[in-house]
Amino acid sequence: MNARQGFIGQPVQRKEDARFLTGRGQYTDDMIQLGQTYAYFLRSPYAHAKIKGVAIEAARAAAGVLGVYTGADFRNIGGLPCGWLITSVDGTPMKEPKHPILCDDKALYVGDAVALVVAETYEQAKDAAQLIEVDYEELVPVADTARAQGAGSALHEAAPDNVCYTWQIGDQAAVDAAVAAAPHVSKLEFRNNRLIPNALEPRAANVVYNPSDESYTLHVANQNPHVERLLMCAFVLGIPEHKLRVVAPDVGGGFGSKIFLYAEETAITWASKHIGRPIKWTSDRSEAFLTDCHGRDHVTTAELATDKDGRFLALRVHTTANLGAYLSTFASSVPTILYATLLAGQYATPKIFCEVIGVFTNTAPVDAYRGAGRPEATYVVERMVETAANDLGIDPAEIRRRNFIQSFPYATPVGLTYDSGDFNALLTRGQALADLPGFAARRAASEARGLKRGIGYSCYIEACGLAPSNIAGALGARAGLFEAGEVRVHPTGKVTVFTGSHSHGQGHETTFAQIVADRLGIPLDDVNIEHGDTAKVLFGMGTYGSRSLAVGGSAIVKAVDKVIAKGKKIAAHLMEAADTDIEFEDGLFKVAGTDKNVPFASIALTAYVPHNYPLDKLEPGLNENAFYDPTNFTYPSGAYLCEVEVDPLTGVVRVERFSAVDDFGNIVNPMIVEGQVHGGLAQGIGQALLEHGQYDAETGQLLTGSFMDYALPRADDLPSFHVETSAGTPCTHNPLGVKGCGEAGAIGSPPAVINAICNALGIRDLAMPATPHTVWQAIQAAAR
Amino acid sequence: MSHTLTLTINGREVTREVEPATLLVHFIRDTLRLTGTHVGCDTAQCGACTVHLDGRAVKSCNMLAVQAAGRQVTTIEGVAAADGTMHPMQAAFKSCHGLQCGFCTPGMVMSSIDLVTHHDHGSEHRIREHLEGNFCRCTGYHNIVKAIQVGAKAMGA
Repeated sequence: MNARQGFIGQPVQRKEDARFLTGRGQYTDDMIQLGQTYAYFLRSPYAHAKIKGVAIEAARAAAGVLGVYTGADFRNIGGLPCGWLITSVDGTPMKEPKHPILCDDKALYVGDAVALVVAETYEQAKDAAQLIEVDYEELVPVADTARAQGAGSALHEAAPDNVCYTWQIGDQAAVDAAVAAAPHVSKLEFRNNRLIPNALEPRAANVVYNPSDESYTLHVANQNPHVERLLMCAFVLGIPEHKLRVVAPDVGGGFGSKIFLYAEETAITWASKHIGRPIKWTSDRSEAFLTDCHGRDHVTTAELATDKDGRFLALRVHTTANLGAYLSTFASSVPTILYATLLAGQYATPKIFCEVIGVFTNTAPVDAYRGAGRPEATYVVERMVETAANDLGIDPAEIRRRNFIQSFPYATPVGLTYDSGDFNALLTRGQALADLPGFAARRAASEARGLKRGIGYSCYIEACGLAPSNIAGALGARAGLFEAGEVRVHPTGKVTVFTGSHSHGQGHETTFAQIVADRLGIPLDDVNIEHGDTAKVLFGMGTYGSRSLAVGGSAIVKAVDKVIAKGKKIAAHLMEAADTDIEFEDGLFKVAGTDKNVPFASIALTAYVPHNYPLDKLEPGLNENAFYDPTNFTYPSGAYLCEVEVDPLTGVVRVERFSAVDDFGNIVNPMIVEGQVHGGLAQGIGQALLEHGQYDAETGQLLTGSFMDYALPRADDLPSFHVETSAGTPCTHNPLGVKGCGEAGAIGSPPAVINAICNALGIRDLAMPATPHTVWQAIQAAAR
Repeated sequence: MSHTLTLTINGREVTREVEPATLLVHFIRDTLRLTGTHVGCDTAQCGACTVHLDGRAVKSCNMLAVQAAGRQVTTIEGVAAADGTMHPMQAAFKSCHGLQCGFCTPGMVMSSIDLVTHHDHGSEHRIREHLEGNFCRCTGYHNIVKAIQVGAKAMGA
């Protein structure tokens, strides 16, 4: 057996680790350019205010100041665009008020940028900003999601009732009739709590303007540098696309929050030409809390109609989704296309209807955060299923099994066609992993110590691998969602792969190299992955929606296959055989049925040093591009079981055991995949127990603006996890058979946690996050 | 008015001019250009800036550079052997997949070495308790805990 073969499915250690472990990573803030200057943004202290004047003269005259800019400087420049058009039920397009780079006549949330100061040092820029006098007239803020519609105080003239859109999916009349006629209807009203992403690396940007060729180089902590460049060039600043290079170097986590085109990097890119020197901006954590796009923030009413045996007849959902003050890059699609299309979950519910009202509020923009719409959908489905089981006195696993989709492909009533899965098997394996038979004894042991113990299920499905461009286009996407890959074979047989996917923790430098090395039969160290630089990579839609392997990886496979096809033609010439007689195996081009062969590296050399080459039929060189556009979403699914222990005296909840069985299709690197699940679970458990981005309803001030107020999970808030990712059902429509694993943990886990607490306490519902205070109150209410 | 500051960084004595208000982390990053030490927050909560001061872990965002005068500072760049061989704790983080985006990693490694060298790390509970001061948003801590257990063994502690 060739020792170089068989990288797929192996827990290969990561190529990228050495630099991160020795302090040699290169994050955006690590760079200092020659002639570096620094930016500071003065931000609105008010949630909603008219700006009647901005006096900048004193700041301009302050020590070290090179430029001071306000909304007036950007008045004739495009606003930050939204990439997804949602159409209201009455046929009108969503309201799309301008999202200015700097506030012009109004500030719409606390942290909205009012002025930009550029100075020789960061301290000088910050000090000078304090000399700017802004004449604000405070207006009544709208901060409460549930009460935003028609609040009487409008953020935007274009949306006098603060409604961006009223969107529907499904057959309302059929669902209404089914609910009205059903023997049983379970109903819940709940909130999906607002989250603040908090990647550990704050956003940062550093831009250099080069007057000699009028070009810009922008380093930015971003998940999709080509999208960043396209949006900034085509829709905002009008810089010719070939004159802006965007580089996303090492990026310290994203979770969605670094997908979007933000005001800060746009403003400093514009200003760099005026200043004529490089400008750097690095967010501090306080700014990150205020201005990074937040996630979730839904208020929902859901009704699940069943027959007396617990068979689901219809699901009716009404959701108000907070979009924040302006529409961010993907904001409109998250609570609609990425949410309501998942309301079938793993179940053959025949009729589903959902209405979503997207509202503007005086809060930071809300956009995609790990899971983006799918955690909200899973929470609705899995809380409703568990509640129906309890209402009907049916075992929660049994009610799920009675309703699971059994055969594939399966077309849901909300627009998706699942290609594969085996939900019964997942649940069975989940129950085994969770040691369900031992639960009764563990519960008894807890009770003996005066504690309550409960177990909760969540059987999730998600749609990822964004996205088939034609389907996405029909749903309102203004861009295609393919991915590009390029495989460049060098004369010595070493390979550089250029991918439009971006790695900010996912380990692409390893996983993608495994795919290429495996397919070409060459050592792993002979493959290098390049990403994150528009000057190197042809194009890319970037990394989000668990799409990198399923879409970006598939593009690389296509390009590798083109390399092999061309290599076969060169080999045929060298061995004087027909093209069709050449086989490629274990790194060797062979003439079928003979022992004649040429190694891959020799073909590469021949391609570049064509002394004996079919020049009449083929061009020299061995470099291939490919674009891959999926034909369907991928559908990872899983069965999660959470076991909690609750102290009834204090309301403190501890996750004692968390068991996750996921079907991600084929697995390239199980070590990395399990790591992705661990991280997702931590964020999902964080949502369920700890994290809550809260604004004061009266003033619109962010109450959770630091790590002292916003409870990011710490090591001792979490258990070690039981994770199983083997034995999936391969995706049927991409060449790797992979489904994507980046978001699953965050999607599946919150309802498992809440279901477990409800089970422990014998209560019907509990708000997230289940803080000790919330739980204690629920215990007191139940005792009354 | 700037001060003349002399300290030992990763075994090498350096003398630099420094503003009195400069934090140690900014001195390390911006003046000494050792950028492995990161800034992840502004409230001394996240631990990404953890370095060793005279062999004990400190958050370098939480002290002034001048407070380190005459003392020994070790950063992530200084823990590997002279020939580049990783410290056993660095190697354990790699073998256990104890890092993803890498941003919290230097602080985590510095804090973990301190834990194993100076504190009770005999149980998962103790390890998790010690990690209170270091956030990781990627790994869910699962593999970091494993890495510390493996690293501790390799350190002979």
